[in-house]
Amino acid sequence: MIDTLRLTAEGAIALLERGEVSPAELHGAYLEAIGERDAELHCYLRTCEEPNGSGIPIALKDVISTKGIETTAGSKILEGYTPVFDSTVAARVKSAGLSVLGKTNTDEFAMGSSTENSAWGPSRNPWDPTRVPGGSGGGTSAAVSAGLAPWGLGSDTGGSIKQPSALCGNVGLRPTYGTVSRYGIVAFASSLDQIGPVAKTVRDVALLYSIIAGRDPLDSTTAALPEPAQLPEGDSLVGVRLAVPKQVGDLDAIEPGVRAAFEDSLERARELGAEVGECDLPLSYRYGMPCYYLVAPAEASSNLARYDGVRYGPRVAGDTYGEMVDRTRDAGFGPEPKRRIMLGTYALSAGYYDAFYGQAQKVRTLLIREHREALEGFDAIVTPTSPTVAFPIGDKAADPLAMYACDLLTIPSCLAGLPGLSIPCGLSEGLPVGLQLIGRQFGENGLFRIGHALEQALGFDTVPERLR
Amino acid sequence: MAISKEEVLHVARLAQLALTDDEIERLTEELGAILDAVGVVAELDLADVLPTSHPLDLVNVWDEDEPRPSLSLEEVFANAPDRDGDHFRVPPTA
Repeated sequence: MIDTLRLTAEGAIALLERGEVSPAELHGAYLEAIGERDAELHCYLRTCEEPNGSGIPIALKDVISTKGIETTAGSKILEGYTPVFDSTVAARVKSAGLSVLGKTNTDEFAMGSSTENSAWGPSRNPWDPTRVPGGSGGGTSAAVSAGLAPWGLGSDTGGSIKQPSALCGNVGLRPTYGTVSRYGIVAFASSLDQIGPVAKTVRDVALLYSIIAGRDPLDSTTAALPEPAQLPEGDSLVGVRLAVPKQVGDLDAIEPGVRAAFEDSLERARELGAEVGECDLPLSYRYGMPCYYLVAPAEASSNLARYDGVRYGPRVAGDTYGEMVDRTRDAGFGPEPKRRIMLGTYALSAGYYDAFYGQAQKVRTLLIREHREALEGFDAIVTPTSPTVAFPIGDKAADPLAMYACDLLTIPSCLAGLPGLSIPCGLSEGLPVGLQLIGRQFGENGLFRIGHALEQALGFDTVPERLR
Repeated sequence: MAISKEEVLHVARLAQLALTDDEIERLTEELGAILDAVGVVAELDLADVLPTSHPLDLVNVWDEDEPRPSLSLEEVFANAPDRDGDHFRVPPTA
């Protein structure tokens, strides 16, 4: 009997190496768990019934192109679209022998913080199915928590890996911008999009990162890693210096229970030998969100211009080319992509470009500088990942600005291109709280070491209480 | 800073979206609120700051100019809504 709820990727690899299970049995065990629990949770948009690798299984967010497997990015405008090529990350996990379990749910075009914007219906949080799993990568995170995949890949533009990992109680890494190929990824905002791993442990995340990271000739925005990704070991934080932004203390948006779990984990870090100091990110918390909601929609409006009903996807008939395109786009895009396309088109239009998009790009320069200075003398910046625990489905669905505020703490470092690791650090109201560690460019190995040591000390049980 | 219905219609044309009257109504309100929130970037004096379009300092990324196989025509048209030989077929432009 394979206990998929508890099995880590490393554990699954060990079972395979000892010959205790076959790859097909592992794949089958997860399919069985999906059969039991996914009708309620809706993590998967489609599953692969046949084992397709010599190693352990993996779940892939539906923005990741997979040859021969429908890839919709959670949108009706890509309904029936079956890629004829693999994205680089899909090719890399396949060449590592991983067996693709299926494609996981996402907010449409990865735009959202709850998966409620998926055209195919929301995913649900395994800790409390009346609540959201976060987003946009709620499908992958909920699947990992509910034992429906040992690990998976997500994409993160402003928090879409870190925030759902926090809300579902697992570990998620948004890597340094440029370390993981975006070739074959359904683009949202190209100067921000990053692919990254989600798993139950920091070591699993590091292992999956080592499989996907590195320069790709098919994506000229990628860079070679200065040092290979390393699996973290050790339980000491002696010599490690952590910085809490002083603005975090004044943010009313952070729930008291989240703050308490965050402060407890800082205390634990001190017990392990870390020094906890303070840094200053005044611009990041005032201008990060506004900057992001100009830059990301502007880039999205450009990226999503390709969905015109000409080369792929469903088409709505029209008497002229223009009518066909306009109707196809109106029928294919849901409310959130439309909102962002409109906002981005406006921010890029004649007369407004300098005041909005141009100004936001300059703010971004300041945020990069501010993060660089904040990290001087420190190994990582620490904050809660999400200001709140998982919220009820429907709670923020009617208020775009309330939904955008979910990413208040994850957005600034994304704009700065820095890596961020979210680890579960405790419970509030019986729901997981995430701790965010932000490092320097290419500082993933440092984040893994700190995250691993803290994870051991915190002893968080990643299995949702109701499933134990 | 509200956005007018006329501006929303103009932007919808630029964005190639055939919005319904309800959508235009709702977007006029929502975009107004969002633009108010993001408009705070205007309060900074950034005349001397250079814009960032890419967070990594990559300059002149070169690769060898080596031919690689590309997709076959069958693959290219595999997802096409309408095909005419080696062309995507679309309605007349006017």
